Amino acid sequence: MMSHPEYEIVVGLEVHAQLLTNSKLFCGDSIAFGAAPNTNVSPVTLAHPGTLPVMNHRAIELAVRIGLACNCTIEQHNYFARKNYFYPDLPKGYQISQHTTPICGGGEVRISVSGEEKTIRLNRIHLEEDAGKSIHDANPDFTAVDLNRAGTPLVEIVSEPDIRSSDEAFAYLTVLRQWVRYLEVCDGNMEEGSLRCDANISVRKKGDTRLGTKVEVKNLNSIRNVKRAIDAEAVRLTAMLENGETIIQQTRGFDVNSGTTYAIRDKEDADDYRYFADPDLTPFVLETAEIDRIREALPALPEARILHYTQALGLTEYDAGVLTEERNFAEYFESVTQHTTYYKSAANWMLGPVKSWLNEPGRQLANFPLAPAKLAALLECVEKGQLSFSIASSRLFEKLLDQPDAEPLELARSLNLLQDSDASSLEPVIDAVLAKFPDKVEAYRKGKKGLLALFVGEVMKQSRGKADPRVTNELLLEKLKS
Amino acid sequence: MFVYSSISHYQSQLTQGHTTCVEAVEHYLRQIAATRHLNAYVAVYEAEALARAKELDTLRKEGKTTGRLHGVVIGVKDVISHEGHPLTAASGILQGFEAIYSATAIKKLLDEEAIIIGSLNCDEFAMGSTNEHTVYGPVLNADDESRVPGGSSGGSAVAVQAGLCMVSLGSDTGGSVRQPADFCGIVGFKPGYGRISRYGLIAYASSFDQIGIFSTNIPDTALLLEIMAGPDVADSTASRQQPDAYSKELDTPKTPYRIAYFPEALDHPSLDPEIRDAIYKRLESLKNEGHHVQPVNFDLMDYIVPSYYVLTTAEASSNLSRYDGVRYGHRTEKPVTDLVDFYKKTRSEGFGKEVKRRIMLGTFVLSAGYYDAYFTRAQKVRKLLTTKIELIFNDFDFIILPTAPTTAFRRGEKTEDPIAMYLADIYTVMANLAGIPAISLPLFRHNNGMRFGLQAMASRQNELSLLRFSHELLTNREN
Repeated sequence: MMSHPEYEIVVGLEVHAQLLTNSKLFCGDSIAFGAAPNTNVSPVTLAHPGTLPVMNHRAIELAVRIGLACNCTIEQHNYFARKNYFYPDLPKGYQISQHTTPICGGGEVRISVSGEEKTIRLNRIHLEEDAGKSIHDANPDFTAVDLNRAGTPLVEIVSEPDIRSSDEAFAYLTVLRQWVRYLEVCDGNMEEGSLRCDANISVRKKGDTRLGTKVEVKNLNSIRNVKRAIDAEAVRLTAMLENGETIIQQTRGFDVNSGTTYAIRDKEDADDYRYFADPDLTPFVLETAEIDRIREALPALPEARILHYTQALGLTEYDAGVLTEERNFAEYFESVTQHTTYYKSAANWMLGPVKSWLNEPGRQLANFPLAPAKLAALLECVEKGQLSFSIASSRLFEKLLDQPDAEPLELARSLNLLQDSDASSLEPVIDAVLAKFPDKVEAYRKGKKGLLALFVGEVMKQSRGKADPRVTNELLLEKLKS
Repeated sequence: MFVYSSISHYQSQLTQGHTTCVEAVEHYLRQIAATRHLNAYVAVYEAEALARAKELDTLRKEGKTTGRLHGVVIGVKDVISHEGHPLTAASGILQGFEAIYSATAIKKLLDEEAIIIGSLNCDEFAMGSTNEHTVYGPVLNADDESRVPGGSSGGSAVAVQAGLCMVSLGSDTGGSVRQPADFCGIVGFKPGYGRISRYGLIAYASSFDQIGIFSTNIPDTALLLEIMAGPDVADSTASRQQPDAYSKELDTPKTPYRIAYFPEALDHPSLDPEIRDAIYKRLESLKNEGHHVQPVNFDLMDYIVPSYYVLTTAEASSNLSRYDGVRYGHRTEKPVTDLVDFYKKTRSEGFGKEVKRRIMLGTFVLSAGYYDAYFTRAQKVRKLLTTKIELIFNDFDFIILPTAPTTAFRRGEKTEDPIAMYLADIYTVMANLAGIPAISLPLFRHNNGMRFGLQAMASRQNELSLLRFSHELLTNREN
């Protein structure tokens, strides 16, 4: 929210996503998170004399995936450039990156903020290697350097300055994170640093066509912190303009505790990176056939799935949204719908019992014992009146998880959980209930039709939930009539 | 007394029991000890070489030898990584550094049972044409000790020239194998770019560097090339084309060759007239032998040295950034105020003058504001030159040039005038700019007593025909 409504905030985001490869971008070292410091470091990572980078082709495929998903133009003739600067966690003294030919150009990400659709244009997505980690607080006298991360493959996803609020930034990053996870490009884990964000922020008077001087807030490690940093900068920059101060181009950090930003350095003393094509790497050409192969293998993204769920399966927008939050959840749901046409019921089961099961700590869908076909069989029992939903979800579901190979109907029968829709066995129960409440029967007959629910409830109670509500209803109506 | 003439002769002597690997190694160790003042070696692996020789002798007697370089005693320029051995690029910044892995080329040599006897002096980081820019002190030319052996692979050239090993490895970025071979009267061969993997070769200018071979004869060169050449998963710039069986295909029926020469190069004012005459004479005799020898117009002569220095120093300025004192090598012991001060002191202390000059030059030509005027233009010249050379090779098999404009310089002659030193690379940088194979063949002797060579170049991937032609030229000399 802008404190001065005559101003608007302009934001462009640079997102670094660590690619889900097994090894580094230019050598075979593992990129697994959490290894002891400086253990995933070959001579190449350490930049020993005479070592050379060799391209990890898996990284190219992953970059193309996210590029295609964002509707980018894929660059077929790629080369890597060296970005030269000195820093202790940069072993070669240059970072191998892409400069004039990013692997993906243009593109867009569609977001929706409080029901309003908006398109955020992308400038580019390029491949680069990560630097190592400088650890300043391990030793009071030294900075420690861990080079495990050095050489880890990243894509940098650079948006145009199309974002106009912290909510839009939040929505954009949420979509992007969801997409990289869907595409298995990146695990999206911001706490472990596999997704990081730098925000370029400026403010200007509404209607102004020129961009204000920007500040860059670096290394934001959660979507929430991106939002907080933008809000903090909006207030700070607006106040500066209101006070007649000049904004200087700066790199800033974000203090998560105070929620404020602080200056790291002014851009005036920015480095000259002396980019040039890395002569150690031959240019690589992406053949059209290769791009097509990657395109064909792309999974459907949430947007397409939501459309299918609402239009073809008749689900609500909300349910469709929740079902598609995670790709494997959506895919499980879709498998269930291969075995039943009770789509709404399938959705309810996913969003109810299955989600509750997943909410227990340490549980993942990959470990969910029940096959989609069994879940479909279970919900069909309910839909066909063989089983009440409450019994199915509270008792049979659990039993079934213990015996995932059992047939739901068989199991229900052996556990004596099947619904009673036999009038001859229900009648005595109903008679007993009506006998128990003669005054209520009287009141009903005098017009308090609402009391029907009470009788139904009582019959259910007496039958310990097994009475078929439909049959019970019919029998009750019959008896109360007389 | 051990006498060496060629690998095949040595190996038949071994098989016939006339000599042993131990005898060979002992011979070279004695020679090295006796010529310490030449300063060719910076490290000699005495015990290791003897132990390996003994092992190989035993294996051979048991009939268990398979190596094509069985017992061949090799010296290696101090820019090629050899696991467990010092690797310093003749620089202060790498003092005390030991390689933790072996270059692909070294692995291939060792797999063929070669014996690496030591590492050889050179200009620091292979930058220089005199072998005077080295932390170990200058190398002397064994033919005339008042003269330099050339550079940067001066130690490698002298090791073969003075009989301190059988063959040696150098590296050639702009002539660093061919020019010292020329100055020392031996064969110096630079394969085409990418023919031998660069993995483990300390980078000077990555798009120019190539491991090269010093020898006394072409069959030795061909065998070493055959063994070291080939694709390498660790070097994506290595040629993917499988190499030829160079050593087995040297002797072919004579056919008339199509030979080009550049009058602009031979009539260049910097060329010693005696060298010019010798080359013209040789061209004449080639014509008389039935080859097609023709002048070709070449108007890029004055652009190639400047372009070469712009591009190589640019790459070098980046390649040498890793020597920062953080992970290995020299680190300043002086108190420092901050990180930048740490880098400045470490690198100022560690690098020599010529290396610093080239790092600064390279940094300058890549800087914003100068980039297009220097780096981009030099790239254009490189492109033009490459196209021009390709066109020439459409019509010709070989280009013949001098290797250097003069015979070996006097010591100190070029040290104070870097531009003069750079300009002396005029005939050699062409092959590196175009990535083609080139060789210097010791065919001539100057009135001043020094030997000098003729340079022949072939098109990319045509090492085999170049070696055949060279073999013919050298054999004719001997007749």
